[in-house]
Amino acid sequence: MDLGSALQYLISGLTVGSTYGLTALGFTIIFNATRVINFAQGEFVMLGGMLAVFFAGFFNFGLFPAIVLAVACTTLVGVCMERVAIRPVQGANVINIIIITIGVSIFIRGVVMIFLGKDTFALPPFFGTEALYFLGATIIPQSIWILLITMLVLLGLRTFFNNTIFGKAMLACSFEQKAAHLVGISVDRMVMLSFAISAMVGSIGGVILAPVTLTSYDVGIMLGLKGFASCILGGLGNPFGAAAGGLIIGVLESFGAGYVSSAFKDAFAFIILLVILFFKPSGIFGRADIERV
Amino acid sequence: MEGRKGVISLAVFILAAAGFPWILTNEYYISILILSGITAIGVVGLNLLLGFAGQISLGHAAFFGISAYTSAILTTNYGFPVLAGVIIGIILSALVAFLIGIPALKLKALSLAMATLGFGLIVYIFLNETITLTGGPSGFVGIPRFNVLGYEFYSDLAYYYLVAGALTLVIIISLNLINSRTGRALKAIHSSENAARVMGINVFRFKLFVFVLSAVFAAMAGGLYAHYLSFVAPSSFGFHASLQLIVMAILGGMSSVWGGVIGALFLTSMPEFLRMYEELETILYGLILILCMMFMPQGLVGGLSRLSGYIADKLFKRRLK
Amino acid sequence: MSKNTALLKCSDIYVRFGGVMALSGVTFFAEKGAITALIGPNGAGKTTLLNVITGMIPQSEGSIEFKSRDLSNVAAHIRSQEGMVRTFQNLEVFSHMSVLENVMTGAHNRYNYSVLDSIFKTPRYFARETECRDAALEKLNFVGLEKEWSLPALDLPYGKQRLLELARSICGEPELILLDEPAAGLNSRETKNLGEVISAIRQDLGITVVLVEHDMELVMSISDEITVLNFGQVIAKGTPRDIQNNQEVVEAYLGSED
Repeated sequence: MDLGSALQYLISGLTVGSTYGLTALGFTIIFNATRVINFAQGEFVMLGGMLAVFFAGFFNFGLFPAIVLAVACTTLVGVCMERVAIRPVQGANVINIIIITIGVSIFIRGVVMIFLGKDTFALPPFFGTEALYFLGATIIPQSIWILLITMLVLLGLRTFFNNTIFGKAMLACSFEQKAAHLVGISVDRMVMLSFAISAMVGSIGGVILAPVTLTSYDVGIMLGLKGFASCILGGLGNPFGAAAGGLIIGVLESFGAGYVSSAFKDAFAFIILLVILFFKPSGIFGRADIERV
Repeated sequence: MEGRKGVISLAVFILAAAGFPWILTNEYYISILILSGITAIGVVGLNLLLGFAGQISLGHAAFFGISAYTSAILTTNYGFPVLAGVIIGIILSALVAFLIGIPALKLKALSLAMATLGFGLIVYIFLNETITLTGGPSGFVGIPRFNVLGYEFYSDLAYYYLVAGALTLVIIISLNLINSRTGRALKAIHSSENAARVMGINVFRFKLFVFVLSAVFAAMAGGLYAHYLSFVAPSSFGFHASLQLIVMAILGGMSSVWGGVIGALFLTSMPEFLRMYEELETILYGLILILCMMFMPQGLVGGLSRLSGYIADKLFKRRLK
Repeated sequence: MSKNTALLKCSDIYVRFGGVMALSGVTFFAEKGAITALIGPNGAGKTTLLNVITGMIPQSEGSIEFKSRDLSNVAAHIRSQEGMVRTFQNLEVFSHMSVLENVMTGAHNRYNYSVLDSIFKTPRYFARETECRDAALEKLNFVGLEKEWSLPALDLPYGKQRLLELARSICGEPELILLDEPAAGLNSRETKNLGEVISAIRQDLGITVVLVEHDMELVMSISDEITVLNFGQVIAKGTPRDIQNNQEVVEAYLGSED
């Protein structure tokens, strides 16, 4: 095990893990507001990448406007989803709402398949294609962009939750909806906001990864599952634990693929997850909750 | 009262199942019915776990897969009799369910969902990657047709009755279990594990029992599936398939054994009918799922009984005027 | 009071939640055939003690003896099988069942038969189910819910759900039943009726009762013996009359209750 290849695996793990982390963050934000696991989360990630590819090719106005437009459109999709499919069934059984999110994910996938086709696409890298060499590892510039943007998103969300009135209201909702309602917070609006933020964060995750791993209409499934795994790993309900969970899964997966077997790459994430669940059910960063009788 | 209603429903079901091939004489419809019936066996089992005991499994298709592949490999590569292959497949699935159930069923709600999901994906990846054993992503071909004591269920009609018989058996077992102390224990666990413990119910043992039982039913379905299509591929047993089973149970109606049957029939046959819309198939499928859950939260069984109640109510009111 | 006749003996129970000491060195006896009340201000640790006794949460230290058997580290369902049943402060009625099925569940282990008996509907299944059903109807009659036996349990009004929990917990014919604030949320008429049912449970069925309750009128009228908890410690023990005249108890209540 030489340092160069270890570093290489670490970096590629962090690169992919960033997207897992952002996906997981999206799961957590919606879960905190609604107690629902949004199975359409992976589709937000897919939409980010696919729409960016589409806008970049279609309008020909450069990569950055295309990316911004893609993220904005996905955010809008998140808001629409909440308005049309989630709000009308408020107060329904959680498992029913989960099935609705599954329906939405199938629907979104179907629409993208029809309009953008079943092909695999690549988004051009953001800046620079010249690889850097560092201690025997090759680092593509996109990896640096991914890490940088992920950090920025995390920092932004942290500021949002800690320092803005909307962020604090969302936190209040996640702790105790009834009480939040009583102090005049519109729970409806917070739920909608949570879908908007989740969709936005998810689509950013999709956009930044698209230049590295390619994208197609069905990438959302695996990304969604890994994201779900990440937030359980980090301790469900803790947004930054979820993001860390994503990075951990990305790195372990990358080392597993490098040192053990690349065929079983996808299995590593889940084997690790099972081991952790069986030995520490509340996740790495979660606290064991005390049940009241 | 509960018992009589059950007997009537069962009688109606058996008559309908026996009569279907006379009404739907088309080979194509028969094959859809066979696949629906096979799926229903798995969904009824999953519903015991999900609807009655309140425990989720997002990896149930893995038990289908383990049994289907075990039987396929043993009969095709090693010349085992089909019945022996199927039985070994079922036993292996039950064993795996038992071993995975012991740590997993200590988890609650979403953690349990994640653990079973992870397990299902691991099995799926294993089926995909152990190419020398399973044939990998392109599948495993040449599986013999189901046969017992020299009788081969060669025609689709014969196979249909085999599946209908197996499904009836599974339904009867499920109904009998529900109307017993076991069924009460499961429902008690669903609403309050603590209260169930106080009643002297060994919560963990009952959870494990119903988990293994539902895996056995899924494995039965897996065996019937492999020896009907003569071909299996990992994609039939992945996450999407597990999700499909859950959706069928919920869409059919979780509070009834019949919900699983109706959900399986509806969701197995619907894509076949949607196929004429080609490209739009996926979209319509998603849309139907969303609308059903929005407007029939109790599932098709609940929705139908509510609809009949509504109609009766309307007629009654009109008469009052 | 002779310690040898006690059906339930909890000795030196300590419970810590993180840094909080919920119970510190509680010793509590329930005499066979008596109604022993456990009272104290909110947060005194009454429900925690019930949770420890019935095995819902583990104690940090201390031992629990029931019928002279050590059950300190035994799982909850086994304690129940030994003959110790409880009710819950926040009703835990089984929501997916009828009233009758709820009560039949209470006799889960008394009318035992195997899974195979139920799958094949053997004569044993029918015999045991009939016995169980009869026993459940009898218990419903005992608490006065015989008319409502076929309703879905959640359709019962609150007060009757409390009675349903009582019927369910006596259906297995336990030797000890622990009631966690059975009168909470009941009006005065319902409370009076509840008092009569609890007395009858002791009198007619010979079941030992441990009663956690805030309604002092109920406690004083039916208890034989009262233990008072405050801040996780026993501050007094005695007959209802002793307790009413105990200065420390009066202060504990005046100091914290409004």
